[in-house]
Amino acid sequence: MGKAFSKPKALSDTHTHYCPGCTHGIVHRLVAEAIDDLGIQEKTVGIAPVGCAVLAYNYFNCDFQEAAHGRAPAMATGIKRVRPDLMVFTYQGDGDLASIGMGEIIHAANRGEKFTTIFINNAIYGMTGGQMAPTTMPGQRATTAPLGRDTAQTGMPIRMANLLGELVTPGYVTRQAVLKPQQVNKAKKAIKQAFQYQMENRCFSFVEVVSTCPTNWGMTPVDALKWAEDTLLPYYELGDYKVPE
Amino acid sequence: MAKVLMKGNEAIGEAAIRAGCKNYFAYPITPQSEVAEYLAKRLPEEGGVFLQGESEVAVGYMIFGAAGAGERVMTTSSSPGISLMSEALSYIAAAQCPAVFVNIMRGGPGLGGILPSQGDYFQATKGGGHGDYHLLVLAPDGVQEAVEMTMQAFTLAEKYRNPVMIMGDGLIGQMMEPVEFPDDLKTEPTNKDDWATNGMAHRKSKKRNLVKSLFLDPTALNENNLVLKAKYAQMKKEEVQYELVNADTDYQVLITSYGTMSRVCRTAIDMLKEEGIEVAMLRPKTLFPFPEKAVFDASGKESCKAVISIEMSMGQMVEDVERCVKGRKPVEFYGECGGDIPSPEKIIEIIKALL
Repeated sequence: MGKAFSKPKALSDTHTHYCPGCTHGIVHRLVAEAIDDLGIQEKTVGIAPVGCAVLAYNYFNCDFQEAAHGRAPAMATGIKRVRPDLMVFTYQGDGDLASIGMGEIIHAANRGEKFTTIFINNAIYGMTGGQMAPTTMPGQRATTAPLGRDTAQTGMPIRMANLLGELVTPGYVTRQAVLKPQQVNKAKKAIKQAFQYQMENRCFSFVEVVSTCPTNWGMTPVDALKWAEDTLLPYYELGDYKVPE
Repeated sequence: MAKVLMKGNEAIGEAAIRAGCKNYFAYPITPQSEVAEYLAKRLPEEGGVFLQGESEVAVGYMIFGAAGAGERVMTTSSSPGISLMSEALSYIAAAQCPAVFVNIMRGGPGLGGILPSQGDYFQATKGGGHGDYHLLVLAPDGVQEAVEMTMQAFTLAEKYRNPVMIMGDGLIGQMMEPVEFPDDLKTEPTNKDDWATNGMAHRKSKKRNLVKSLFLDPTALNENNLVLKAKYAQMKKEEVQYELVNADTDYQVLITSYGTMSRVCRTAIDMLKEEGIEVAMLRPKTLFPFPEKAVFDASGKESCKAVISIEMSMGQMVEDVERCVKGRKPVEFYGECGGDIPSPEKIIEIIKALL
């Protein structure tokens, strides 16, 4: 009998530093599986963000560059433009992508850059210790919003997939989640699809993944999954926001 | 090759192509937008990459990405734009990638003006971005030298895996002069398989490469900084370039000046000579590494009564000159930086006051 289950080749043997219950590990695996399935490990370049996934280059087994905070899409643009034969992906969190890196992601998407962005939306800054993100929900507590996010002062949470879906340039923009096994399976398909579009040189591809941060939410991993399901998903609706024709 | 008449900005663009650089990212800013306009037309003819980024911040990282992938790459900007790129410069230096940045300086601080200036000397030679790093900084005094230095810059950037900056100013960018593009300055790109993220498939070892600047372990960070420090020490040993003007005379005053300002000083030196007054000039062609020993030696001449740094700034390079003269002669300064370039007559007046 053959092996039924094994670690993707595109993941290294390194133990991750992620907290118990954090969903980064799931998404790392999904990305690595997509890279394996498509046989592109040796021509893939990942871009690590600043945030919890800054050390992603220790966990993926492919070439990697490390960007400054928010600049991964500009860096990916530079690589992909000069080496269109490489498969390039950025892996960014919500502080990185939706706050300091908003300009870079919108323009890269609008130019239709032929790389893939995996966007982890867990509604908070993780690495710096639970500060308010542009994606933090109204009333949600954060260390810089101790009484909960006051939308009169800080506006409403930004829905990145909706925003990028509005751009006229063709692209693949989808929002997925990894809170339940069925969602994980769907997210896997979406991530692979995103890389496939890149392989076909079709368009920019963007997969937002609604994730959890039990540590900074102050919840158990199980409670975090439930809170995300009940609070995040009604606001961050899952589905495709744009598909190339 | 025959000489052609070209505007400085366009000549810099052409020089990059002749040097084998086919990748250019930039954001428009006066007084250097002609580089982008020229390359927007020329690079597609050469099968190269031209991209206008959404900001200088983003352009800095497009350069970083392309350089990290092992390709020759250049950007051009002017003072406020270079401020925005300084974050990326720090990262590129830390991650040890080769790239060429051109600063066609304009007056500052702030929005300043669009006329020529040399107000970015500190920014270019002392840092600009955060942390312990240096750029290798070349300062041309005209269009021909801008061409030659642009071509040399790629070789130097690759030799040291460090960003190289060319410090021109609005006058060098905008004026037209006859230039030729020396064939012998074209070099083949170095093999980058040991470090660039050009794809594992590309490499015999199949070992993956990382381009990064994060070292959370204090020992590792210190070690990376020591590697950088050793490179800067090597630059100081091997890359210093300068020119001495009228230095074989018994000069009474030694001028230090670079770029556009040095050309005005050269005229003033000729005019003073006709009056029987000998003045010499030391013109740094590399601002980092600075010609430390040459300044010390030239200031030591017995006939030399004083050293004066003449700049289109409020006094920046003069601090390096003072450091190198080591107190054995008085070091004076004259500078203007609103955009009006001091005339030879003004320089003569200033020199005579020192005698």
